[in-house]
Amino acid sequence: MDQEVRTPVEGVAVLKGSLGLLICLLWLAPEWGMASVPAAPNADDPALEARLNRLAEGLRCVVCQNESLAESRASLALDLREEIREMMRAGMSDDAVVESLVARYGDFVLYRPPLKPLTYLLWAGPLAFLLGGAGLAMGSVLRRRMLRPQADVSADALREAARLLQGSEPHSPRGTDAVSGPTHREER
Amino acid sequence: MRRWGPLWLFAAVAAFLYVGLYLNPKEVPSPLVGRPAPDFTLPVIGQPGETFSPSEVRGKVWLLNIWAPWCSVCLEEHKHLPRLVDGRVPIYGLTWKDLDREAAPLLARNGSPYVAAVDDRDGRIALRYGVTVTPETFVIDRHGMIRMKHVGPVTPAVWTRKFEPLLKALQS
Repeated sequence: MDQEVRTPVEGVAVLKGSLGLLICLLWLAPEWGMASVPAAPNADDPALEARLNRLAEGLRCVVCQNESLAESRASLALDLREEIREMMRAGMSDDAVVESLVARYGDFVLYRPPLKPLTYLLWAGPLAFLLGGAGLAMGSVLRRRMLRPQADVSADALREAARLLQGSEPHSPRGTDAVSGPTHREER
Repeated sequence: MRRWGPLWLFAAVAAFLYVGLYLNPKEVPSPLVGRPAPDFTLPVIGQPGETFSPSEVRGKVWLLNIWAPWCSVCLEEHKHLPRLVDGRVPIYGLTWKDLDREAAPLLARNGSPYVAAVDDRDGRIALRYGVTVTPETFVIDRHGMIRMKHVGPVTPAVWTRKFEPLLKALQS
């Protein structure tokens, strides 16, 4: 047992060492993943690569649906990126590339859905809700403004109120014995 | 009338959620349906020197089944396919990313459900068909148009419900 006890400094060193190793492993892991796929030449044209990444940010990886094509490591995403690279090398414009992807996978590949009859509700929905809510609020405020203070209280009621206000005995509906709650407890 | 407002709101939200329960996010609607099937020429697995191209089957209704030797669901599907198809329609296989070249011995061992299985080793043709998962099956008509895409295995139930009526209509 004693031999296994490490001084704090050693412990920290070991911790740092294993943390470093872990970071190295995480760093390398994607490279290992790619080893099985034919290596894609991605460093030979930085300009094209930058253009690809900009475009891929706005495209959805169709198998890992909450990732963009730029960040995904799925093999299909790698293939698609290679496909886009090739289209770009062939001189296709960004719009043409996106169009050809939409032709295969539908609007689903776009993170920003296009404005068309099918998506009007999607785009206008939030604004409609906002305006609807504002309308309701305005309506209820205006309705309350219109209400006049009610003056038609009967004479009997006024007299009763005056009597209660002038009454000398404080009136407790439940009687003093029944009073409970914090004030009562504090007295004890 | 006013007091029913919350109830109507609840009913509307519940209806949306109920429908949402049955939506499958993996079933990406394919815009390829109703469009010409992308053309290709690829080597046929197990027959060196031979190639297959969709233009060879122009004039026929045919099926294109995307599969891969590493896809266990596809191999399970292979067992049912011949019985379901029953020779009524030619079925071709597109072998997706057979990087380890397992397809040829596998088809030889298990028996091939295909007229021919082509080798799409780098997966480029599958991309053109908008494939996201294996297996996927396309129904292609006499004019080379894609008429249906089925994602997932073709089970007997799927065959009777989706494939049979469509094939009957296309072949008549």
